[in-house]
Amino acid sequence: MQVGVFAAYQLPPPPTVLEAGAALARRGLLLQDVGATVARVVAGFAIGGVAAIVLGTITGLSRRAERTVEPTLQAIRTIPTLAWAPLLLLWLGVDEPPRITLVAIGAFFPVYVNLVAGILGVDRKLVEVARVYALGRAEIARRVVLPASLPSLFTGLRLGLTQSWLFVVVAEFFGASGGLGFRLTDSQQSSRVDLMFVALVCLAVLGKASDMVLRAIEGRALRWRDVLATERPA
Amino acid sequence: MSTPLRLAAIRKRYDAVEVLAGIDIEVAASEIVAIVGPSGCGKSTLLRLVAGLDTDYEGEIRIGERVVRGPDRAVGVVFQEPRLFPWLRLDRNVAFGLEDHASPRAAALVRDTLEVVGLTAFSNALPKELSGGMAQRAALARALVTEPQVLLLDEPFSSLDAFTRMRLQEHLLAAWARYRPTLVLVTHDLDEAVYLADRVILLTDRPARVADVLRVAPARPRDRRDPSLLGLRVALLEALHLEGSALVGR
Repeated sequence: MQVGVFAAYQLPPPPTVLEAGAALARRGLLLQDVGATVARVVAGFAIGGVAAIVLGTITGLSRRAERTVEPTLQAIRTIPTLAWAPLLLLWLGVDEPPRITLVAIGAFFPVYVNLVAGILGVDRKLVEVARVYALGRAEIARRVVLPASLPSLFTGLRLGLTQSWLFVVVAEFFGASGGLGFRLTDSQQSSRVDLMFVALVCLAVLGKASDMVLRAIEGRALRWRDVLATERPA
Repeated sequence: MSTPLRLAAIRKRYDAVEVLAGIDIEVAASEIVAIVGPSGCGKSTLLRLVAGLDTDYEGEIRIGERVVRGPDRAVGVVFQEPRLFPWLRLDRNVAFGLEDHASPRAAALVRDTLEVVGLTAFSNALPKELSGGMAQRAALARALVTEPQVLLLDEPFSSLDAFTRMRLQEHLLAAWARYRPTLVLVTHDLDEAVYLADRVILLTDRPARVADVLRVAPARPRDRRDPSLLGLRVALLEALHLEGSALVGR
């Protein structure tokens, strides 16, 4: 199997990686790493996503809220999100809270930005239909504006999920005692390239799987759309 | 159930441009009135005022004895486009304007209305699965299900082919016979105006005033080939042409 272009200590052959993964699994560490990382992504994505939906709905619907919140958020958004990491560690300690917070920040902005854009882009003509029936602002928001911005929300959620995986790895670089990001730095220090590949493969599989789940939910929720995506047979 | 609609001295301007220059129109209970006029003369603007979508105007709009300004549940509107909510199945789209839109009573009302417009078999369809004519029939059903006292239609069939348009005109007449709303139809199709309406109101070019009112005598059901309808059509065409030349001469 070896071609010899790269030395095995730089790019280990697949059987070696598999073996290393199996050994890690036998010691119970693989499941522990995957479990820790998944738990952080789920918690961070949920917190960031819900916060973005709540705040995005408010600023999308209320011009006054937009004027109050939007400039601040835009300013915060210009900070590369990873630059928060050292500060969060200082504020929240080295335990779980800073890691989950970092993931939440990563998930927040794509969801927020896309949802607000979606709400502002809702067809005025549909809103007029609701206005003809003398519906109040809250009811128009609930029955017209929010369903109409669902496609944008899903776009945001999928981008937010991708960001969550990115940020969890970075969060685990900083003094975590478990998780796939920790496994990467730990293996780097002990020159275990095979274990690094185990972690990379796990991240790839998890990222892809979580996106597929979200896409399936999106496909069901947005079956009504008359677009190329819904034209293809499921 | 039906009530007269009275527009008195309606004036409307967009900044410096005067659009409506004092419009007085009375529509009797259950009467069908068609409003025609040169393109861009303010017909649709007038309808938007009655629908309550624009409250920035002078004058008074009354439904029965009530002065209305702003959206009112006694008014139903069919727009130029169907404007169905793409995420709602047809029955939920039609039920949209009902206050108890999720109740069994609403379901029964929706069934009745869908039958009037001939869409019973499609109550479970998504808007994207409907043809243009079907979608516009659904929009008609949605406007009718709340049994509005006044039904406003803004060039409702203008984007349909001639054959579909004639079929929808029949659906509209059937629906009107069933619910008997006071009906105001804005159109640029003179055949449609004389076929459907009791009276045709001709507006001048902008700023719009009432130029002429023509009574359409023949009783319903009418024959589209009726010579008196054709005569009225010619009269309208001539009147419109005069409006057009007035525009050129300005």
